[in-house]
Amino acid sequence: MSSFFSEVTTLVRKEFVLEWRQKYAINGIILYVVSTVFVCYLSFNLRIPDGITWNALFWIILLFGALNAVSKSFQQERDGRHFFYYQLVSPEAIIVSKIIYNSLLMLFISFAGLFVFSLVLGNPVQDHFLFIVNLFLGALGFSSTFTMISGIASKSTNSSTLMSVLGLPVIIPMLLMLIKVSKNAMDGLQRNVSYDEIITIFAINTIILTVSIILFPYLWRS
Amino acid sequence: MKQIKGFYWKLITVILLLFTVIGGLLFEVPRLNILNETVRNLYFHVPMWFGMTVILGASVFYSVKYLQNPLSKYDILAVECANVGILFGILGMISGMVWAQFTWGSYWSGDPKQNAAAVGLLIYFAYSILRGLFQDESQRNRISAIYNIFAYATFIPLIFILPRLTDSLHPGNGGNPGFNAYDLDSKLRLVFYPAVIAWIMLGGWIVNVRARLRMAQQKLEDLDIYL
Repeated sequence: MSSFFSEVTTLVRKEFVLEWRQKYAINGIILYVVSTVFVCYLSFNLRIPDGITWNALFWIILLFGALNAVSKSFQQERDGRHFFYYQLVSPEAIIVSKIIYNSLLMLFISFAGLFVFSLVLGNPVQDHFLFIVNLFLGALGFSSTFTMISGIASKSTNSSTLMSVLGLPVIIPMLLMLIKVSKNAMDGLQRNVSYDEIITIFAINTIILTVSIILFPYLWRS
Repeated sequence: MKQIKGFYWKLITVILLLFTVIGGLLFEVPRLNILNETVRNLYFHVPMWFGMTVILGASVFYSVKYLQNPLSKYDILAVECANVGILFGILGMISGMVWAQFTWGSYWSGDPKQNAAAVGLLIYFAYSILRGLFQDESQRNRISAIYNIFAYATFIPLIFILPRLTDSLHPGNGGNPGFNAYDLDSKLRLVFYPAVIAWIMLGGWIVNVRARLRMAQQKLEDLDIYL
């Protein structure tokens, strides 16, 4: 078990080092978020839009940011190097480390997005704690779903289209729950109104994580 | 012996289906406001979702079998189950939409269950597209099996949990009385339960025929290579 954890920590560190050396990925994603926010801000031509619009825009931008950020997780390294990892570590360690890394990346993107959003479009959130808990759950959910999907899509030649075709319908249940909780947080409703949704998001996250860890070894082999 | 056993369950399916259609259209049903005679759609629309879930479950079962033991038989069964599941989903969607036009007032009412079913269909259309993308057969089979299991894991919360968290226009949700409130004398249940079994068995029958056809075609192709 301890060897599993050391494998995971090493792999996560490898991801960070890789990111740090290349840098374009994270900068590209941040620029992507900032420019989409600006496109929305200028095309809606609103300084402070109403709650529903703000909320939907925020989550759609995060969704596509996640789709872009995570889709490269199996494509940036060449096939030969994957064989190399396969010799060294267990496939479970690889998927867990990718999910952890992508979750951290998504958290960073979420907070960057929230910052730009608040700056340009205003911040109508009333219950900040609930909103941030929701952001954490969303980051974990987006990254775990899309990591597995990007693993599947990377096996095909046309992976970027496939990524959205496979990923978007699968993420909808999660997205609906997230949007609902974040609307509750914006309106500053009592927290116990959102418990059902939070538990559901948590349950969907757990299911997806478990299924990914079980299935990834089979994907890896092909 | 095998043929006789095969014959009996098909006979049972035919009898149950005839009972469903005849009983469903002719037996007495409770008189209700708005629903009126359309309550008979219970025997045709609702079993489609039961059938879809069960047959897609069977598809996942065969996908798991395929991952454990990669025989093309399991792959064919998984795909045909998924196809029949999609067929049932489309039929359920159409029967529901026609019904909704006359009870709720429009074909698409943005009902949570309706939306969830549409998303579920999208997930399985993506499965069909995914299968078309690979040239190598064993890679295609394995990757589509993996996606099938993954998709079912998100399909179940989509269909069973999400609609229950929001108010739905469907009978039995959001303050609308459910069928338990209507059929005190179990008139509806008398046909409903056989209907569910009959439609699921019909689905199994379609899978059976199509999978056997595919397996025979594959055998012929293999023979062609040798000849």
